Amino acid sequence: MKYSESWRSFRMATWLGWQIESNWTDPFLFAVYSIVKPLSGAAILVVMYSVITQGDFTNALFPYIYLGNAFYIYVGAVMTGVSWAVVDDREHYKTLKYMYIAPIRIPLYLLGRGVARFITGSIAVIITITGGVLFLHVPLNFAEINWPLFIVTLLLGVVMLAMLGLLLAGITLTVARHEGFIGEATAGALYIFSGAVFPLDVLPAWIRPLGFFMPTTYWLELLRRSLVGNVAQAFPTLAAFSNGQILGILVALSIVFGVTGALVFRRCDRIARERGLIDKTTNY
Amino acid sequence: MNPSLNTKYSRKDTGWRLFLKTIIARAYPRIIGQQRETSWMIFDVVMPMLGVIAYVLVYRALKAPEEYIGFVVMGGAMTAFWMNILWSMSSQLYWEKEQGNLALYIMAPNSMMAILLGMALGGMLATLMRALAVTLLGSLMFGVTYQVSDFIQLFAVFMLAMVALYGMGMMMASAFLLFGREAWHMANLAQEPIFLASGFYFPIKSLPFWVAAGASIIPLTLGMDAMRQLVFPSGFKIGFLTVSTEIAILSVLSVVFVVTAKFLLAYVEKIAVREGRLTESRR
Repeated sequence: MKYSESWRSFRMATWLGWQIESNWTDPFLFAVYSIVKPLSGAAILVVMYSVITQGDFTNALFPYIYLGNAFYIYVGAVMTGVSWAVVDDREHYKTLKYMYIAPIRIPLYLLGRGVARFITGSIAVIITITGGVLFLHVPLNFAEINWPLFIVTLLLGVVMLAMLGLLLAGITLTVARHEGFIGEATAGALYIFSGAVFPLDVLPAWIRPLGFFMPTTYWLELLRRSLVGNVAQAFPTLAAFSNGQILGILVALSIVFGVTGALVFRRCDRIARERGLIDKTTNY
Repeated sequence: MNPSLNTKYSRKDTGWRLFLKTIIARAYPRIIGQQRETSWMIFDVVMPMLGVIAYVLVYRALKAPEEYIGFVVMGGAMTAFWMNILWSMSSQLYWEKEQGNLALYIMAPNSMMAILLGMALGGMLATLMRALAVTLLGSLMFGVTYQVSDFIQLFAVFMLAMVALYGMGMMMASAFLLFGREAWHMANLAQEPIFLASGFYFPIKSLPFWVAAGASIIPLTLGMDAMRQLVFPSGFKIGFLTVSTEIAILSVLSVVFVVTAKFLLAYVEKIAVREGRLTESRR
């Protein structure tokens, strides 16, 4: 019974999330919308890189920046996708209270709402990387990719991001006016502290430890290593660590953040119920 | 006679007096109201700063010349204006429709053009504060120095860029009036592609000529290019066109956008009334 309720909550939320994400327009415009935004974000970095290096795409820094930025799309999509469901349902559709009284499990419902963003994010990641390989000489050799490491890292990262999203969803529940900024601000901060588009050594020394505490730092590093191997290992930040060690750190940090996410959500959910925030709309 | 009818609020304003009062009334919540929500100001400054910091660090990783750091700080500050155009000008009539205020605007005996001008004026002044905060913070954090070569031209460029930009915003507001749910997605879509095409974080001259020329339809493209030429010592090297040419184009854009906004608003309002879209809410 519990299993079926959990599965039903997740499955229906996934379907609902997909409808909300995609049915506002025709499939062609939706495809353009899903592709143009991330490609433009990548193109900004490509032009910046190209201007300074006079178009020298053979430098190891280029795949570092390009792949980091491409996979970072998942952070915005999955993490913000889960937490944004609270804003969407409470403020926009005004249906969150109905979800709470329906026979579903709210955390799984919110996680399910993030799946649609994961799907559109995946399409954007694939197109961004394909564009990089075809037109910008990103040195991706399919025969040399460490597939098991790549798949394990990707899946682990997506789960970790979903749990971070749940943590933010909890905080969002307890905030009435500024909830829209929470996911965006966190994703923006992680972009800097995770060294997504520059090695962590570029950060001031006093702020670097924060980057080493973020699971996304190790996640992005492992994804780069699994795809372009030695190129990624050339940077000094995590050069002393083997793939196994980084995977171990990623697993440990994912568990820490995952458990924290679940506990924070439970606590915030309780507070939101006590304070009557579940159906509070501010029209902000 | 009811004495309350003799107060200053009982006098009926018409014509240009009503037009001006409407502008001020609509600008008021933008300037005063927004300052009351101080936490919003923090977010409005912090969010662009996160982008600025990330792009500055990318340039640092690439060992770029120092003026590029200044380009990013200026671009980051100008994003505040573009975001204001998208979310508080273009989408505004759509939000008003969702909230149920749009019908009240139409019913009231004032000009919709005055409402749009008020939105533009208020938005411009309120955003100016945020843009200045981003510039100040970015300049202090990264040690950016400026060397203005011509203050008059700089003032002219900035003002013309703002008039043209907010004229464009007024035009877009009319078009967004016809949108339903897609308004949010459209505004969302017009962020990164415009940051790319308008050269918010790099000189627009880096793009192929015809791409840069096409992007010049967005006033911030030429506005930023001219301002970079005027405030950075090596700015003239990266200029897309000469400053005087850019001033001339911005002047033309200002007139075209404001006039088009007036006609487009009247036309779209008519369509919206005819098709019963002023009060619909398609979630």
